[in-house]
Amino acid sequence: MDKNINIKLRIWRQKGPKEKGGFENYELQNVSQGSSFLEMLDILNEKLINEGKDPVVFDHDCREGICGMCSLYINGHPHGPDEDVTTCQLHMRKFNDGDTITVEPWRSAGFPVIKDLMVDRSAFDKIIQAGGYISVNTGGVPDANAIPIPKEQADMAMDAAACIGCGACVAACKNGSAMLFVSAKVSQFALLPQGRVEAARRAKNMVAKMDELGFGNCTNTGACEVECPKNISISNIARLNREFLKAKFKD
Amino acid sequence: MSWLIKSSIGRKFVQSISGLFLVLFLLFHMSMNLVLIFSYDAYNFIANEILGANWWAIIGTGVIALGFVVHIIYAIILTLQNRKARGSDRYASASKTPVAWSSKNMFVLGVFILLFLIVHLYQFWYNMQFKELLQLPGAREDSAQLVTEVLSNGWVLAIYIVAFAALWLHLTHGFWSALQTVGWNNTKWMKRIKVIGNIFATIICLGFMIVAIAVHFGFSNLLG
Repeated sequence: MDKNINIKLRIWRQKGPKEKGGFENYELQNVSQGSSFLEMLDILNEKLINEGKDPVVFDHDCREGICGMCSLYINGHPHGPDEDVTTCQLHMRKFNDGDTITVEPWRSAGFPVIKDLMVDRSAFDKIIQAGGYISVNTGGVPDANAIPIPKEQADMAMDAAACIGCGACVAACKNGSAMLFVSAKVSQFALLPQGRVEAARRAKNMVAKMDELGFGNCTNTGACEVECPKNISISNIARLNREFLKAKFKD
Repeated sequence: MSWLIKSSIGRKFVQSISGLFLVLFLLFHMSMNLVLIFSYDAYNFIANEILGANWWAIIGTGVIALGFVVHIIYAIILTLQNRKARGSDRYASASKTPVAWSSKNMFVLGVFILLFLIVHLYQFWYNMQFKELLQLPGAREDSAQLVTEVLSNGWVLAIYIVAFAALWLHLTHGFWSALQTVGWNNTKWMKRIKVIGNIFATIICLGFMIVAIAVHFGFSNLLG
């Protein structure tokens, strides 16, 4: 049964990208275990606003685990201690009465802090712009079933496309590598005939952009896969390596 | 070919290929050591006639040394870049993500193996091939005898065993990681490749350990 718990929070506060940040301690009484982690932060912020203090800044949007906007490094895990959920779907029943919860922003050179717990993840948008699309002429919509695709291929492409680009992979990686994200975005196209046309160019351009933006070199620790809220497999990274090397050797 | 240094996957590719090449060298080295258990004469023949100061052995040594140098230089480049990519602000709470210890400590294990390698080269290669090449005094022709002398010391044996254990940890991650990086992996083969890597690492390190222990306790040269 869910009950109400009292918790201590240790939250990273930072006024701006260039300012020096530090931890602040807060206490919250009577938090329902049925509430989500972000609702708990809402309660904290309401309390802070009522006290005339600055509320804690954090990213959020859909709050149903599909938009990829929420983040937070909670007690040593990106998206907290629960399996395969984003922070917005993390419930307070994963915590106990009297717990101290440490909340930090994603930490990586590629994701600079904007304020408090909010980081700048526009690097992912730039990687997508470098090749994470297929070029389609405007005009009549072709019949969806005109090109037969084996079920297994379609399933694998769909699994890769489940990536919501939240950046937990980068946050979990000791190398600050974005390979899981890039590999999912390359795989979702590489597995389908429509994506094959630009496959070589896509792999080269997206990897080049990823390197340019300062993400690290993957050393296959597998931490990304463990923390990914969407269960993206690191076999996608092998596929990206394959696509990239094939493209380079063909040049 | 500038992508082999400029691109992250290119750098990882070089690291993988050089690593796989060194794995092959280890396999050869371990097989050669096994001869010590059976016959010192046969071992000396391999060490002096097949290897020794022949032109092919010198080229071979050079190629292997190049493999090591490339692997080490790339390891340093990759590690430094990855530290930079991680950013200067570190997490205050320790990571609770469960990952294999060896996968996080490949550089540390590598440095340890390199230190062992320097000691090992000084103990053997310096006295065997190097002195013969430069015609320095004290070059050893009786290689098997040299091995028994060095390994008769219990401390040396202990260092060797620890180094082989470090090598085992390095290989259990290195083998499958190298295949993953060259793209030779998928969902089905992930587990298989890891198992093959573990078996391979175990065979190599067990082979080295058995020979070192056998020579130390005198269970060698069994066939005379």
